[in-house]
Amino acid sequence: MNFDLSDEQELLQDTVRQFAANECPPPRVRAIFDGEDGHDTALWKGLVELGLGAVAVPDEFGGAGLELLDQALVAEVLGAAALPGPFLGHSLAGLAILWGGSDAQKKTWLPKLASGERVGTVAFAEGDARWQPEEWTLAGGPTLSGVKSALPFGAHADLLVVGTAGGGLALVERGARGLAVQAQPGVDRTRRIAEARFDATPAEPLPNGVGASARVRDAGLVLLAADAFGGAQKLLEMSVEYAKTRQQFGVTIGSFQGLKHQLANMAVEVEPARGLYWYAAHAFDRVPAESARSAALAKAHLTQVFMQAARDSVEAHGGIGFTWECDVQIYFKRAMFDRAFLGTPSVHRERAAALAGW
Amino acid sequence: MDLSYSAEYEAFRGELKAFLAGSWPLRGDEAKLAGDKRAALFRERAIAAGFLARSIPKRYGGSEQPADVLKAQIIREEFARARAPGEMAGIGPSMLVPTLLEKGSEWQKEKFIAPTVRGDIVWCQGYSEPGSGSDLASLQTRAELVGDEWVINGQKIWTSGAHRADYMFCLCRTEPAAQKHGGISYLLLSMKQPGIEVRPLRQMTGAADFNEVFFTDARTPKDWIVGKRGEGWIVSRTTLKHERNMIGDAANALMTFNALVHLAKSALRNGKPAIQDPAIRQRLVQLEGTVRAHQYSGYRQLTKAAKGQDPGRVQLMNKLVSTNIGQEVAKLALDLLGDEGLLEPGERQMGMGPRDAAQWVGQFMWSLGSAVAGGTANIQRNVIGERGLGLPRDAAVQRS
Repeated sequence: MNFDLSDEQELLQDTVRQFAANECPPPRVRAIFDGEDGHDTALWKGLVELGLGAVAVPDEFGGAGLELLDQALVAEVLGAAALPGPFLGHSLAGLAILWGGSDAQKKTWLPKLASGERVGTVAFAEGDARWQPEEWTLAGGPTLSGVKSALPFGAHADLLVVGTAGGGLALVERGARGLAVQAQPGVDRTRRIAEARFDATPAEPLPNGVGASARVRDAGLVLLAADAFGGAQKLLEMSVEYAKTRQQFGVTIGSFQGLKHQLANMAVEVEPARGLYWYAAHAFDRVPAESARSAALAKAHLTQVFMQAARDSVEAHGGIGFTWECDVQIYFKRAMFDRAFLGTPSVHRERAAALAGW
Repeated sequence: MDLSYSAEYEAFRGELKAFLAGSWPLRGDEAKLAGDKRAALFRERAIAAGFLARSIPKRYGGSEQPADVLKAQIIREEFARARAPGEMAGIGPSMLVPTLLEKGSEWQKEKFIAPTVRGDIVWCQGYSEPGSGSDLASLQTRAELVGDEWVINGQKIWTSGAHRADYMFCLCRTEPAAQKHGGISYLLLSMKQPGIEVRPLRQMTGAADFNEVFFTDARTPKDWIVGKRGEGWIVSRTTLKHERNMIGDAANALMTFNALVHLAKSALRNGKPAIQDPAIRQRLVQLEGTVRAHQYSGYRQLTKAAKGQDPGRVQLMNKLVSTNIGQEVAKLALDLLGDEGLLEPGERQMGMGPRDAAQWVGQFMWSLGSAVAGGTANIQRNVIGERGLGLPRDAAVQRS
């Protein structure tokens, strides 16, 4: 019975934490957040040099050869740092090719994604909250025509993994004929989104895409859950810190029971919930029968916890919490992203109920 | 990360299962004994085999095993599976025995521990008073040393099981001149004496599990004090250190949740099982998220404890999480019951097994008991805020 991290996993998290503290402290997060482009190539280069571009891709393809749990542990730390960049979409693109691609596709693309030479992303959403593989309607084939939205860093991506009708997956390269990518005004400026329009655009189907797409979605749910836990934990720390420093009525406001109880309630919602993403990642790697449902449960629960923690944190910070200058707003918007991307909590709760046979 | 047990532990589980298969239920003439006699006989054998009373030395009636939280967990799992009687329940074995082991004198350990562990004597806890609830250290029940005896006057309240108890462990003010916490002593006393009057308190459920206890020149011998005079507050803070059940609360929460799912499947809405109702499904899965989080948090605390590491502040949250889950289960259950929610509450149902409608109504009320008993939910929030998050205490609160 060992429900804890290994020494190597602790070290992995420490390494990423150190990287984020050195290379992307809050002022840099704010600068990227406020910037026009949103993609800091130097920061991204540093991240892929640590092997974080393809954590769960085997080393024969240039990846770190670890598991989804390790990738999720990285996502937690990046979430806590609100680190801007294409980690999510890029990771999912790599996993889609690893699980759905031909040998040739794997050999062509995975090393380039792992090294960061190319940026990958996923094109899943079709509007009307259609995110799930079984809901995709864009017809597959040698060419694609239609629209996909909310591609993470779609405007910066060299390679798109596109979800097609029947739960298939297909590769489209940047600059392909008939492809028009347009940045969308996304709320989370640490994870820019774009819309992709395909007009008879040449595409290369992944031969095992139909088998892989649900698994890619589940991996995405786990990574979002991990990110949400990291963000929620950070918000708790920020709110507690503020309550220990801010003075009113001649005393530290954290001594007031009203605020103390709000913070205690936040801690009780956030901290015991870490194991939800750990277990979902563990099940994904080792307990296939529980994999899909654990991922849905973790995503639904933790992204809702993150969103509520963000709302509570604004209140706990008072007026300053409602300003653009306060970092709470950055986490608030990351919570909105985590909540909506790949489907809202209620969608995944209904899926979890169905997967239980209820 | 690996949720299975190593070969060594699986071997231990094998021995345990063999013991249980041969020992429970009792057979032959022994099977005809009364229920509590059967349980007592079985416990005696389980202690001799090293499966119960593990943290208690042999000379005090225990089985004196090295502390091992994983073995303790396996024992709970297998005893539950075999539906065999586990450790004696009650405030005596759970609170008094660990306190005596740590702070009691030799004669106290010899006299009280073995019969308490066997269930031959039953204890109640004299802590709360009408004017001293959350602010327990303000208690006013006085004990004065007169010759060789303490003479006790005052009143305790919310005393669970006082009407059945043989003895009480009691906090009394013995040093009126000392400051608040320093004036309290921890006394043991017999409940079977003329100076004690027990009056039952009827609860909202209709049952009477707790009481008021009045002391009018009640007496107890001079040496029935645990620790020194004025050390009672510290003595009362002693908690169970060995093999503490890290996941007991979570296991109970999961069982209650499973019973709720069962209810949702059997209750009808518009002629269909309620579990097909989209709103009910949302609420069930939302609740399951909290229940699973609690379970995994327990696994992690268990792992930390097995490695000799501090599980951290998340331990302070267990009770409040359990309370929150209990309340949410109760509210959803009442919605599922529909017009059966008009019934009066039935007897309290613990642990596994489906509940009937009246028992769910009971649960709806009992779930509030957990938000009040043993430190209210708001006191838990203070503890989490102050000891867990390091927030300052309220300057206006008089603590000493």
